[in-house]
Amino acid sequence: MNWQGWAEIALTLGLALALGWPLGIFMSRVWNGETTWLDPVVKPVERAFYAASGVDPRKSQTWLGYGASLIAFNLAGFLLLYAMLRMQGVLPLNPQGFSGVSPDLAFNTAVSFVTNTNWQSYGGETTMSHFTQMVGLTVQNFVSAATGAAIAAALARAFAGNRLIGIGNFWADLIRTTLYVLLPLSIVLAIALMGMGVVQSLQASVTATTLEGASQTISVAPTASQLAIKQLGINGGGIFNANSAHPFENPTPLSNLVTAVAINVLGWAAFFAFGRTAIARKDIRALATAAIVILAAGAAIIYVSEAQPAPALVAAGIENPVNMEGKETRFGLASSAAWAAQTTGASNGSVNGMLDSFSPLGGGMTMLLMMLGEILPGGVGSGIAIMVVMAVLAVFVAGLMVGRTPEYLGKKIEAREIQFAMVALLIVPLSTLGWAALTVAVPGGLASLFNPGAHGLSELLYAFTSATANNGSAFGGISANVPWWNGALGMAMLMGRFVPIVAVLAIAGSIAAKPKLAPSAGTLPTSGTLFVGLLIGIIIILGALQYFPALALGPVVEHFQVLEALAK
Amino acid sequence: MTTMDFYAEGNRPRRLAESFSPAMLGRALGEAFIKLNPQKLLGNPVILATELVAALATISAAVNVANGEGGGFAVAVALWLWATVLFANFAESIAEGRGKAAADSLRATRTTTKAKLIVDEKQGLIVPTPAHELGLNQVILVEAGDVIPVDGEIIEGVASVNEAAITGESAPVIRESGGDRSAVTGGTTVVSDWIKVRVTAQPGSTFLDRMIAMVEGADRRKTPNEIALAVLLAGLTLIFLIAAVTLLAFAAYSGIALDPVVLGALFVCLIPTTIGGLLSAVGIAGMDRLLKVNVLATSGRAVEAAGDVDTLLLDKTGTITFGNRMATEVVPVSGVRDEVALRAAIMASLGDETPEGRSIIELGRNTGIAAEAPVGGTVIPFSATTRLSGLDADGKSWRKGSVDAVLKLIGRPETELPAQFRQAVDRIARSGGTPLAVTEGGNLVGVIHLKDVVKPGVAARFAELRKMGLRTVMITGDNPVTAAAIAAEAGVDDFLAEATPEDKLRLIREEQGKGRLVAMCGDGANDAPALAQADVGVAMQTGAQAAREAGNMVDLDSDPTKVIEIVEVGKQMLITRGALTTFSIANDVAKYFAIIPALFMTVLPQLGALNVMGLSSPESAILSAVIFNALVIVALIPLALRGVKYRAVGAGALLSRNLLIYGLGGHVAPFIGIKIIDMILVALGLT
Repeated sequence: MNWQGWAEIALTLGLALALGWPLGIFMSRVWNGETTWLDPVVKPVERAFYAASGVDPRKSQTWLGYGASLIAFNLAGFLLLYAMLRMQGVLPLNPQGFSGVSPDLAFNTAVSFVTNTNWQSYGGETTMSHFTQMVGLTVQNFVSAATGAAIAAALARAFAGNRLIGIGNFWADLIRTTLYVLLPLSIVLAIALMGMGVVQSLQASVTATTLEGASQTISVAPTASQLAIKQLGINGGGIFNANSAHPFENPTPLSNLVTAVAINVLGWAAFFAFGRTAIARKDIRALATAAIVILAAGAAIIYVSEAQPAPALVAAGIENPVNMEGKETRFGLASSAAWAAQTTGASNGSVNGMLDSFSPLGGGMTMLLMMLGEILPGGVGSGIAIMVVMAVLAVFVAGLMVGRTPEYLGKKIEAREIQFAMVALLIVPLSTLGWAALTVAVPGGLASLFNPGAHGLSELLYAFTSATANNGSAFGGISANVPWWNGALGMAMLMGRFVPIVAVLAIAGSIAAKPKLAPSAGTLPTSGTLFVGLLIGIIIILGALQYFPALALGPVVEHFQVLEALAK
Repeated sequence: MTTMDFYAEGNRPRRLAESFSPAMLGRALGEAFIKLNPQKLLGNPVILATELVAALATISAAVNVANGEGGGFAVAVALWLWATVLFANFAESIAEGRGKAAADSLRATRTTTKAKLIVDEKQGLIVPTPAHELGLNQVILVEAGDVIPVDGEIIEGVASVNEAAITGESAPVIRESGGDRSAVTGGTTVVSDWIKVRVTAQPGSTFLDRMIAMVEGADRRKTPNEIALAVLLAGLTLIFLIAAVTLLAFAAYSGIALDPVVLGALFVCLIPTTIGGLLSAVGIAGMDRLLKVNVLATSGRAVEAAGDVDTLLLDKTGTITFGNRMATEVVPVSGVRDEVALRAAIMASLGDETPEGRSIIELGRNTGIAAEAPVGGTVIPFSATTRLSGLDADGKSWRKGSVDAVLKLIGRPETELPAQFRQAVDRIARSGGTPLAVTEGGNLVGVIHLKDVVKPGVAARFAELRKMGLRTVMITGDNPVTAAAIAAEAGVDDFLAEATPEDKLRLIREEQGKGRLVAMCGDGANDAPALAQADVGVAMQTGAQAAREAGNMVDLDSDPTKVIEIVEVGKQMLITRGALTTFSIANDVAKYFAIIPALFMTVLPQLGALNVMGLSSPESAILSAVIFNALVIVALIPLALRGVKYRAVGAGALLSRNLLIYGLGGHVAPFIGIKIIDMILVALGLT
């Protein structure tokens, strides 16, 4: 640990938050259908989409209509991607000559990219053709992020409105977020990344002559174009197996900083956009404060934990040992700590280190950050949406203590909201713990684990936590490309994605229809330090407590076992 | 003597809700066992889940004992799980008990005497008829000493009625035909004179019957917030069920065979049994606290709404100012002698049965001028719509009423008024008094000065309400200048002057349109629409039958200031519910530290590091957590019934205070409690 390390963590986290603010204002204008400075270029394209699809962007949908459109669009996206993966062998842009993907891997991968998870049971450069990467996976990187943004836009409108029937138009939200926010930013970032040395090539590979004079074949791919949206859309699926630890995907400290900031920037932007659209900037700023506090604490714990000497090195009698195992050796420990916290707090599956080799507490922390519901700041829009659900629960539990029935942003919180908030909350442990427990129970389920004991349990828990949270990062230490794991992880991703989405939309529908109440001196203040503290408490108690028994058998006991080994 | 004076002398009437008695506790304990019937627990998923686990633990313990494997620990855990369910049931029974006792005392006053049914009005033919055979709109005679058999409306006569059976107040009240004091209630007793009463309620649906049903909580339904909270608690129960069941697999992976009794104990400790067990008790106690201040709520929903009220509509008279305005002088216009003006004022007031009207006659009597209505004259009674009263007799007409109403009547624009008249009106109005114009034969003759005194302490009370986030709006029939003077003195936020019942209704709708909840109280039949429209409508027991039916609360003391207490009771109930929920959920952290190491320590001794409380053994740790979990319900019953004190300090300060006590306290208390129980178990040699 040194001050440079702390400064690097603070810079990456702070830069993303600071840039999220102006971007959020822009995003809110896009959600609200206001004019933007991109209109001269983008508006004609947007109109062309509406004309071609026959969508009337001004026609507000009920939550059921909105939800049905969303599900239909995602289902179509899944079927298309599944077909593309299966038929990869006969499709163009396949210089490597990869054949079609197996049914279980195709299911897992299609679900993974449609759900904004980007869990990869495969190695990109050895499995996927350029066509699949560009037309299949990258397209889903855009529209899955836009889907998440859409639910936040709908929920924000619901809170802003007074006795509304509709919550907006899904197609308009999808098209506008993609065209005005995701595409322009990705184009700029991709070009910048190419300038930093990120590969962008349609060739299969290049051949290099090594210092020893041997010939080496190195895979290349259209990386920069996918890398930009991989981070900005908070997806995380690397074009290469080594993800952002690969020098072609993350060549320099500058590219590391830029892509690390990109992991969180649109998550924060969605927070601020929500605040502006819902006409509740102060209240949403409190949510952002709670999120950054937990995220910073998580990053700090990981950094401190990873900075401890590895027990094996201590045992070997090495002086001042630095535990660099699993870290990004080019960029250092702090960079890996910040990256690990940022990605797990934000449902981004990219890695620049190997989490499996992290210390038990550091690795456990990344798991915990995901278990909290991917709200720190989470995916584009999906993060703030679930954060608002947590705020609703916080208001409901403690808000009664001011002597009024709970209300949030001027809307009464009643049985229907709580019902769906609980559905969104409950599905996460059901899927995470349920699939992990089933994997223990099914014959051969554990055969994929590389490690026994507590560490093996961490690997198992991490996989299903990552899938359910739609994070997509892998702890490692498992061979997941087998039918059971591909299937179970795919199911976990679906449950973790669409159940909360439907729940959030149902809440939006119910909230929209309610009258907007005027605040008074007796209304629970939902901005300010007190509420931030309350919210953090509720996030930890309602979001994490249910995992403690399982975690106790994984990272927690492993930590004490390591301490015990050290003491000997 | 007004009701207020009566209280001021310290004679608070008998309360419907009595405090606990040993008999009541015994009955509650018995009912706790009856409520073990799982069907009765269907509405309470947390306690139902606890009961199921208790049953499973019992079977498991029995198997252990039968197999001769000892099993003392399993038996102890099972017993304490049953105790948890019983304590929760006991809390509910004891809350219900107070209402039941009140209902019993009411039931005792239900009459069985025969009613005197008038079958022929002209001949005065009376047939004794059992009360339960009376039909709607039949007319009965009730004489001194008789108990009024059913609810009805007086169509003839005046009587003093002892309403102690309903209100607890023994001072008789006057009931008379016509106006807002014509309603009588079954079960009350006529003390003097006689009345003819038209039956307005079917037997079985009388006010007394409904009151018994209300206090008994017979048709108690969950309030919206209770339903939402029950959903949250059910959701948490499911979440911890998932955590407990999947733990079997993870423990098996780690080479630990979990004892089902222990797993059940973990599950019960984590689910929110504290609030689950006390939730309905809190709701019943809220209704009960209202009963204690002699207010009957028709539903728990109304009590909840009371806590949410943003705007309080208060009638000026009786609430903000002392009872009635009194006439203190009659200022003549120039050219009119004093006594002519005074006599005109008296003549015009003969048709005004309001206290103000009577005070004018009283003023005349004190100055030696008494007036009788001339035979054959037409009395024009005072009405709130015209804001006038008067008399037409011997070809002459007298009118008196609010200045603008009178001016409208005689068709004189304000600019043409005599200067002296205008000055008098202004002077009276500026002083906070009420000027009334008097005319004789269509000419202005004088101005009556009605004086109004603001009650002491009212301003401080309103400042407190403002801190609670409540806006107060004073409703008055006075002109805007008068209203403004009193509003300023009393410190209300706003006022509605020259208010007609329609204005009141419109104001309520406007406030509601702005997203505010409105409370008001009223007693007149013309208040009924506003009472029905308001979110909390408090009708006075002495008021018109229509008002009592329209409101969702009835104040048995007929004290218009009561609405403030009602709001406080509503807030208190919500705070108590929130405090117990927060406490209950916060408890989980300590329970983890007790149970998690205990579950796994035998195989994974390293987890002993989590045993921060230093509990003596895994068995003692689990048992201590289960015992704490059960006892905390009992310990919190008094708080649930009494309620967390409400302080008018603003929402932010209130939240930080309660979060500190129930949030932080909820984290800390179980650490201490579990440790103490563990020490006791060790001292007793039980582990």
